[in-house]
Amino acid sequence: MINKEVRNADEATHDIVANATLMLGGFGLCGIPENCISALVKKGTKGLTCISNNAGVDDFGIGLMLQTRQVKKMISSYVGENAEFERQLLSGELAVDLIPQGTLAERIRAGGAGIPAFFTPAGYGTEVAEGKEVREFDGKMHLLESWLKADFALVKAWKGDKSGNLVFKGTARNFNPMMAMAGKITIAEVEELVEVGELDPNQVHTPGIYVQRIFQGKDYEKRIEQRTTKL
Amino acid sequence: MALDKIGIAKRIAQEVQDGTYINLGIGIPTLVANFIADDISVVLQSENGLLGIGPFPEEEAVDADLINAGKQTVTTIKGSSLFNSAESFAMIRGGHVDLTILGAMEVSEHGDIANWKIPGKMVKGMGGAMDLVASADNIIVAMQHTSRSGDSKLLKNCSLPITGIHCVKKVVTDLAVLDILPEGGFKLLERAPGVTVEEIQAATEGTLIIEGEIPEMEID
Repeated sequence: MINKEVRNADEATHDIVANATLMLGGFGLCGIPENCISALVKKGTKGLTCISNNAGVDDFGIGLMLQTRQVKKMISSYVGENAEFERQLLSGELAVDLIPQGTLAERIRAGGAGIPAFFTPAGYGTEVAEGKEVREFDGKMHLLESWLKADFALVKAWKGDKSGNLVFKGTARNFNPMMAMAGKITIAEVEELVEVGELDPNQVHTPGIYVQRIFQGKDYEKRIEQRTTKL
Repeated sequence: MALDKIGIAKRIAQEVQDGTYINLGIGIPTLVANFIADDISVVLQSENGLLGIGPFPEEEAVDADLINAGKQTVTTIKGSSLFNSAESFAMIRGGHVDLTILGAMEVSEHGDIANWKIPGKMVKGMGGAMDLVASADNIIVAMQHTSRSGDSKLLKNCSLPITGIHCVKKVVTDLAVLDILPEGGFKLLERAPGVTVEEIQAATEGTLIIEGEIPEMEID
């Protein structure tokens, strides 16, 4: 098996340069690549285009990269909960493309799967449809949507082995598996890095072929946005 | 008297059928889960990758890796399954989810829905709403009949940017239960307890179709 282990987030992200296009896994703050985000903030790489379902909160997740003005464009489905994001958007410092969540997920999947475009009913008749080819299938109208790819995909898994096989936990899976497929270079950070052979092949969610670099993450905060318990 | 949010949720819960898969939006729709009859078995889908949403966890069981689409901590139940976002929306677009319940800012008499954007205000994004409304065969909207300033939210045509067209079949408001007819128009089915047909008519800008006696909702 090919050994893809790197020491840490700094080594994994060393060649991410200004104006790169990144994919970052996560739904809200669940399943986000915390270590890679910290490394990028430390590096100060500017002009990034970030493809991510959400944009973090003011002081966590992608919000940290917004504070340091490292992001020039966000491609997301929902970007609430972030005052700095709003300020930069209204002042024109930041561009944003809002995409229906299922379309975003499928465009990323398509990018990784070699499907340049597909038709979806989502957004037909809305402003999302502007400028897009429309076609009728079985009496229903659909929009043509194209694939998304990235220079780097930054994903977070629960467990991984040194050949890049990944296992996710709970709803922290979300966008991570498709982004792993769609990155030219996919960097996986994991809570537990194990030796090749220690993961049950039946339980692997993302096959190692999609992953170029993997490292043992550290100091996971795993912040909860809406801590809700039984009354 | 007009219903409160709990009343709207209770009335919608009566529409839920045994053996179905359901996606609940944020707000009043989430409350519906609390009022589904005990003898009915349904599975709740969360767009971020969970089928079989369980109750909120005990304090010691809170898991940052297990949230719903509203980013609240939840639990799994016996028979739950987990999956990625592309698969989640494959379920939604593929017509495998039987019922979608969501909130709205406006609904038109043609079944158009607006619930994602107010021009001039911060745009937060549509999340999964456009995929849901474009795909679901059975959409129930939970909403207030009028805005805080008293303007009708049941319109001939939506004034806000729309989320999807010709998709809403039924609307449950604080005043009434209405079907949206395929040829257009809100057909009044039930009144909230103590609310008159005239009050509903006055609160409805879109075409209101009234046939015969309109019964009151029966809510515990």
